[in-house]
Amino acid sequence: MALQGTCREINDVAIIDFSGKITLGEGSSTLRRTIKELIDKGHRKIVLNLYDVDYIDSSGIGELVSGYTTVRNAEGELKLLHLTKRVHDLLQITRLFTVFDVQSDEETALRSFR
Amino acid sequence: MAAKTQRIEITLETLLESVDLAEVIVMRIAEAAGFSEEDIHKMGMAVREGVINAYNYGNQQIRDKKIFMTVELEPDKMIVRVLDQGKGFELTEVPDPLAEENLLRTSGRGLFLMRAFMDEFNVHTAPGGGAELVMVKKLPEPVSGNGS
Repeated sequence: MALQGTCREINDVAIIDFSGKITLGEGSSTLRRTIKELIDKGHRKIVLNLYDVDYIDSSGIGELVSGYTTVRNAEGELKLLHLTKRVHDLLQITRLFTVFDVQSDEETALRSFR
Repeated sequence: MAAKTQRIEITLETLLESVDLAEVIVMRIAEAAGFSEEDIHKMGMAVREGVINAYNYGNQQIRDKKIFMTVELEPDKMIVRVLDQGKGFELTEVPDPLAEENLLRTSGRGLFLMRAFMDEFNVHTAPGGGAELVMVKKLPEPVSGNGS
């Protein structure tokens, strides 16, 4: 299934609930576009809820990294929420678990912003 | 009678759609061969990364070029080869994506993932040019039953 995301806001935090695959092509493009739009709208606290994302390839990982950098360069914070086991394992073996702030529940994620 | 090796050769177009197609083909073969669900997933991902590599880096997304995939099924393993029509490369030239200075790179993890998901992985430069990625997954040994 192509990546789809719906945005909701809690206080000043934008939470994107994604479902589908983050892979080369449409999925990666959707992720890139979503983050860019959020930054353009002035959001600086962003949570990507990946509860329903069970598949990501190297392009998708690259897009997550790009999103992280984009948000950081805009002096914002990007967090990942509810990783599935496969995505979790991928981020772990690529050492990106040390880069991203990964949260396991939404309330904690919301409280963790500076 | 010795078990035969079965060989399937597929020519893929240099199109984004070929990435999904190659992945599905290999996963179906792996399933038929009796690999576990987890191994099937890993093989699919590894082949996906291999074809992405051929599409993006080997063939530079040039539509006229082809990607040649071969699947060989031996009694104890499956070998997948992905050959592009590029210039070839040396594995040693590829930056380590796990190095601290490379962690925030947005590309360069495909080869690492292929090596991580498969039991064996290597890269050759084909005689006619082009990089050939060779990946091997071993079939688990059958559990022998207790005859008593």
